[in-house]
Amino acid sequence: MPEETSHIPPAAAAFPPVSRREVLQATAGAVALAALPGGAADSAAAAEAGAAAGHSLRITVNGHAHELAIDPRQSILDVLRERLNLTGTKKGCNQGACGACTILLNGQRVNACLTLAAMHDGAEITTIEGVAQGEALHPLQAAFIEHDGFQCGYCTGGQIMSGLGCIAEGHAGSPAEIKAWMSGNICRCGAYPGIVAAIAQANKAVRS
Amino acid sequence: MIPFTLQKVLTEAEAIAAAGQGGRYIAGGTTLIDLMREEVERPEKLVDINALPIKHIRAEGGDLVIGALARMSEVAAHPETQRLQPLIAETLVEGASPQLRNVASIGGNLLQRCRCPFFRMLDAGCNKRAPGTGCSAIEGLNGGHAILGTSDQCAATHPSDLAVALIALDATMRVTGPGYERSFPVDELFRLPGTTPHLEHTLRPGELIAEIRVPGGPHARRARYLKVRDRSSYEFAVVSAAAALHVEGGIVRDARIACGGVGTRPWRMRAVERALIGKAPDRAAFEAAARQATEGVKPLSGNHYKVELLPRTIVRALEMAGEVA
Repeated sequence: MPEETSHIPPAAAAFPPVSRREVLQATAGAVALAALPGGAADSAAAAEAGAAAGHSLRITVNGHAHELAIDPRQSILDVLRERLNLTGTKKGCNQGACGACTILLNGQRVNACLTLAAMHDGAEITTIEGVAQGEALHPLQAAFIEHDGFQCGYCTGGQIMSGLGCIAEGHAGSPAEIKAWMSGNICRCGAYPGIVAAIAQANKAVRS
Repeated sequence: MIPFTLQKVLTEAEAIAAAGQGGRYIAGGTTLIDLMREEVERPEKLVDINALPIKHIRAEGGDLVIGALARMSEVAAHPETQRLQPLIAETLVEGASPQLRNVASIGGNLLQRCRCPFFRMLDAGCNKRAPGTGCSAIEGLNGGHAILGTSDQCAATHPSDLAVALIALDATMRVTGPGYERSFPVDELFRLPGTTPHLEHTLRPGELIAEIRVPGGPHARRARYLKVRDRSSYEFAVVSAAAALHVEGGIVRDARIACGGVGTRPWRMRAVERALIGKAPDRAAFEAAARQATEGVKPLSGNHYKVELLPRTIVRALEMAGEVA
């Protein structure tokens, strides 16, 4: 996976491999912290300050229990991505408009970016990483592949989590209903026809 | 985000005491967290009220009673809402994305802040965010702004769809303060900007919204909400209209109309209502009555179109209400 792991030059072979994400995180964090008092530095600063602030958070994510010390500023999105390394939940707009960060929180679809993790002690969370059963895709995941429900893939995790919510809520009965009840998930590639078809197919599969 | 402390409270008394020490209530947080991240809102202390027992949704007599912490999605889907006040359900479903509706509370919906872009732009003047810094919308980009209730200091619209329905339906609200409770019409919650656009509501410091009560009546079933917007879903209103009609013997006996997207607060259209009483509920009567809606409008450079769109939206909402069997 060349995009996930950096090439290790021979001289550095003694060091453990560094993922692209770790490099980006370290670089962005350093730059942002140097340049800004808040804003972009928030999540990094909050992650650093976590232990000091001392809010204790117990959450179950995809069936695994975690206990973490967090800063009250941290969103569930930041905790998932930066503390638990579950990066399938994407940070798109970080203001509740795009839906790329959609997760199931105690069974309901929500925008993880607009939740303060410290307000959800004891929560049960399902992320896109927890949808497949081992190597077996969930029918909705398989339907997204079958119907080309994505192009770049950035919104896809959020689309699938929101689609699961849409089906569970009983609002996937027609293409028009799916469109209205999936309106919180934006796809800038414009894969909407495939997304709607995938949810319609999975809805039938789940209900039959 | 500016650092803050977070206190979870279990009773209304505890909540009000914490608010008295400078705490700011947080329920769903879908507006507040966003604005805190932008540093438009800078509370030093948040009071998490989600454990308070005010999440009920029930019928009392013919009234629909909604706890302030009930979620938008729960209220919209509740059988009593759909039976007694389908207009409330319709405005809630139109009011936000499904993800937001699963989190946002009824009380928070009423107190959400405006969506004027300059309110969020820290380097632009905004009398609502920073009193005395001027209004960037009045001489600037104002296509989405209000034509009713504006002042020379602010023209931001109130963004809540639910509030439009509550005002049309003469809903009341009960709030709890330190050692007392009081109830008043939801209509009295909202202020006009005048010279103090940073003051948006009439709650006293520390008061907590506990409950909303929507009285029933023969108008409640024949009620619809039309939300005109730049895309067909998940967008704030350009112009919206809630219309409820009581028709008997082919004559309008009672009419309730309120509009969103046009006022600096949710706007009841009483002159339109009066013009409908005693008329046959047909398009000619709707058009004649809707002309009353634009009395006193003050359009800005970019929103003259709302002066025409407002009566048209009311006419269509009345037709939709009239079509309800």
